[in-house]
Amino acid sequence: MTIAGWLQIALVLGVVAAAAIPLGSYSARLMQGGRTWLHPLLGPVERACYRLAGIDPTAPMGWRGYLGALLIFNAAHFLLLYAMLRLQGLLPLNPQAVAAMSPRLAFNTAISFVTNTNWQAYSGESGVSYFTQMLGLTVHNFLSAASGIAAAFAVARAFAAGGVTSLGNFWADMVRATLYILLPLTVMLTIILIAAGVPQTLAAYPVATTLQGAHQVIALGPIAFQEAIKLLGTNGGGFLNANSAHPFEDPSALITMIECVALTLIPFSLPFAFGEVVGDRRQGRALFLVMFILVIAAVAACYAAEAAANPLLTGIDPTGGNMEGKETRFGIALSSLFAVLTTGTSCGAVNAMHDSFMPLGGMVVLFMIQLGEVLPGGVGSGLYGILVFALLAVFVAGLMVGRTPEYLGKKVQAREVKLAMLAVLILPLTILGGTAISLVTASGLGSLANAGPHGLTEMLYGWSSAAGNNGSAFAGLSADTGLLDWGLAGAMLLGRFATLVPIMALAGSLAQKPKLAGGAGTFPTHGPLFVGLLIGVILILGGLQFLPALSLGPLAEQFAMLSGTSY
Amino acid sequence: MFSQLRPALTLILIFTLLTGLALPLGFVGLGAAVFPNQAGGSLIVRDGVVRGSALIGQDFTDPRYFHPRPSATTIADPNDATKTLPSPYAADASNGSNLAPTSATLVARVAASLAAWTHDGGPSPVPADALTTSASGLDPDISPANAQGQRARVAAARGLTDAAVRALVDAHTTRPLLGFIGEPHVNVLRLNLALDASAAP
Repeated sequence: MTIAGWLQIALVLGVVAAAAIPLGSYSARLMQGGRTWLHPLLGPVERACYRLAGIDPTAPMGWRGYLGALLIFNAAHFLLLYAMLRLQGLLPLNPQAVAAMSPRLAFNTAISFVTNTNWQAYSGESGVSYFTQMLGLTVHNFLSAASGIAAAFAVARAFAAGGVTSLGNFWADMVRATLYILLPLTVMLTIILIAAGVPQTLAAYPVATTLQGAHQVIALGPIAFQEAIKLLGTNGGGFLNANSAHPFEDPSALITMIECVALTLIPFSLPFAFGEVVGDRRQGRALFLVMFILVIAAVAACYAAEAAANPLLTGIDPTGGNMEGKETRFGIALSSLFAVLTTGTSCGAVNAMHDSFMPLGGMVVLFMIQLGEVLPGGVGSGLYGILVFALLAVFVAGLMVGRTPEYLGKKVQAREVKLAMLAVLILPLTILGGTAISLVTASGLGSLANAGPHGLTEMLYGWSSAAGNNGSAFAGLSADTGLLDWGLAGAMLLGRFATLVPIMALAGSLAQKPKLAGGAGTFPTHGPLFVGLLIGVILILGGLQFLPALSLGPLAEQFAMLSGTSY
Repeated sequence: MFSQLRPALTLILIFTLLTGLALPLGFVGLGAAVFPNQAGGSLIVRDGVVRGSALIGQDFTDPRYFHPRPSATTIADPNDATKTLPSPYAADASNGSNLAPTSATLVARVAASLAAWTHDGGPSPVPADALTTSASGLDPDISPANAQGQRARVAAARGLTDAAVRALVDAHTTRPLLGFIGEPHVNVLRLNLALDASAAP
C-alpha cells in the first residue's frame, strides 16, 4: 500500500460524501412534489409524459397498487427487450451483422437488465447490435434504476406520517427519478467521458494495420452515453466485454476515479434523502455512516490483500502487488477501490478481473454482495434494504430490554418482523441453494474455469452476484449454459422482486400505523449506539450464514496458497 | 390492472425514444462535431492508413519494438467452435485470463514469460506488469520499470545508443496527475511509433 494510493481513495470517498448530501436533499424535495432548479427546463417534458400516458401524478396508491404498477411496468419492459434480442438480426443499426440471441440467453439477458443486475452471459463486442445496446439495454439502465428509486421513496414515506394508506404514485415517482435525477447526471458524465476518449459513434469497427503489419479489428460504438448511465444507475453492464477495464470504457486513472464517484453517488445520497422525508436528518446520517464505515473497512482489507505479492509466482518484483487481471493505468489502489464500490453498490461494473484477485481480496468483494447489497446498495434497493436491517436492529434491541421496538415512531410488531426476515432470507436461500445444486451437477462443474477451492468460489460468486442483483462475476465461469442461464435468471428475479414484495407489504403495514412521539424509553436511532448495533446486525444476519461457504472457498484457497499449493 | 397498461406502455415508448434514440444520437452528433478524434476511438492514422488506437494496445514481438504486457485475449478456433486459440490484443474480443492466484496454469505461464524476459537480457526482479496479463487484454501501457528493462534489447536490435532510447522512454513516460492520481506508465504504441520515426533518415 502506498500513500498515493490512499490519497486517491480518500479523494474519491471524500467527494462522494460531500456530493451525496446536497443530492439527497435535492432528491427529497423533488420526490415530495417540490420544485427544483431544473423544473423550468424539464417541467414541460414531465407534464407531456403524464398527458400522453393518461397519468394523474397526484393519484394515491396503496402498497398493492404501487407494487402492481411497478411489476406491470417491468414485465412489459422485459418482454420488449426479449423481443429485441431475438430479432436484432433483422433490425437496423447493426453494422457488425450480429445475429439473434438464443432463447435462453435472451431470457437471461432480459431478466438481467430488468432486475438492474446486468449480469452478462454474452460478450458485448459480438453478442448485441448497436440497436439493442441503445434502444434496449440503455433504456433498461434508466428505467430499472428509476424503478428502484421510486420504490425506495415509497418505503421512506411509510415512516414519514401516521395512519396513511398511500405510498405515493409510482408513475410520477418513476418519471421524476428518470427526468430530474438520472438524466441530468448522465448528460454531464457523457460529455466528460467523450472528451476523455470514450467513443460515441455508429461507425462499424475499424480495421487497423499494426506496426508489425497485422490486422487489428477495433470494437467501438455509441459507448459513452451507455457507460454514463451504466454507472449512475448502478447497472454495471458494460458495452464491451471487459467492462470498465476496457480502455474505451475507462481510459485513465482520473476517469476511473470519476466513475467510482458516479456509481456510488446516488446510493450514498438516498439515506440523506430519507432523513429529509421522515423529517429528521440525523436518522439519514446514521444510515449513511453505517454504509460508509463498512465501505472504508472493506476498501482497506481489499487493498491490503491485493498489494501483497502472490507467493506462488517466483522472479516477480514483490512490490508490484497482484497485477494479474489489473490495468497498468489504474494500479492496485484504484482497482481495489473500484472492486469494493461496485460490489457494495449493486453496480457490478469492473475495472479489474475479480476472478484473479488474491483469495482474501476476492473474498472481501464477494462478502460485500452477500451482506445484502446495502453498503450502500443499488439505487433505491440499497435504501430499502438497509431499512429492513434497521427494523431488525431495533427488534434485536427490543428483545434485549423486553420492550416493543419502535423505529421512527412506528411500532415494529410480529407482522413486520416476519416480513423483514422473509426479505432477508431470500438471499442466502437462493445463493447457497443454487451454488450447492450447481456443484453437484456435471453441467455446473463443467462451467468452472479454475480448479480447487477457487472453483467453488467462482460458482458461489456467480449465484451471489445474480441473487444480489450485482452483475459482476468471477468471469472465468462459463455462464451461457442451460443450467446457469435459467438458474441465474431465476436467482435475479427472486433477488429483485421476491425481496421487493415483502418489503412493499412491510411499508404498507407501517404506513397505516400511528406515528408515536418518542419518550424517555425510546431507543434513539440516530446515535453511535444504533450505528454500532446496525453494523453488528448486518454483519451477523447478513454475513454469518455465508461463513461456512467462504471457509471452503477463499479461506481454504488462502491457506493453500501460503503453503505453496497450486491447482 | 389493465388500467395500468396504458401508462406502462406509453412511458416505455417515450423513454425508449428519449434515452434510447434521441440522446445517444445527439451525443454521436456532438462527439463528431466537438470531439471527433475521441468520439471516433482515438485512431492513429498515418498516410491515410489506420495504424491503431492510442488507447488500445497492440501485439509487439519484434525485438526492435518495446513489448506490451502479456494478453489473454483469444479468438474462436476455426476448426472447432467450442474451443479458442490465443490471439493477443484482439481488440474485438476484450478479456482477462480470469486465472486464480492458485492456478497451476498461471504459475506455468508466468514462468514461461520470466524465461523469455531473462533470455532477452531483462533485469531482475521483473516488474509485475511484464509477467501478468491485464484485465482487458488490451492494456495500452506498461510500467516505466518494464520499459527501462527492455531498453538494452531495443537499442541493440536497432543499433541505437542506450542514451537515445532512454531519452525516448523518458519522453513517453506519463507521470501521475498532481503527483498522486494514477500510476506512472508508458504508452507502448506511441513509444514504438516514436522509435520508428527516430530511425527514419
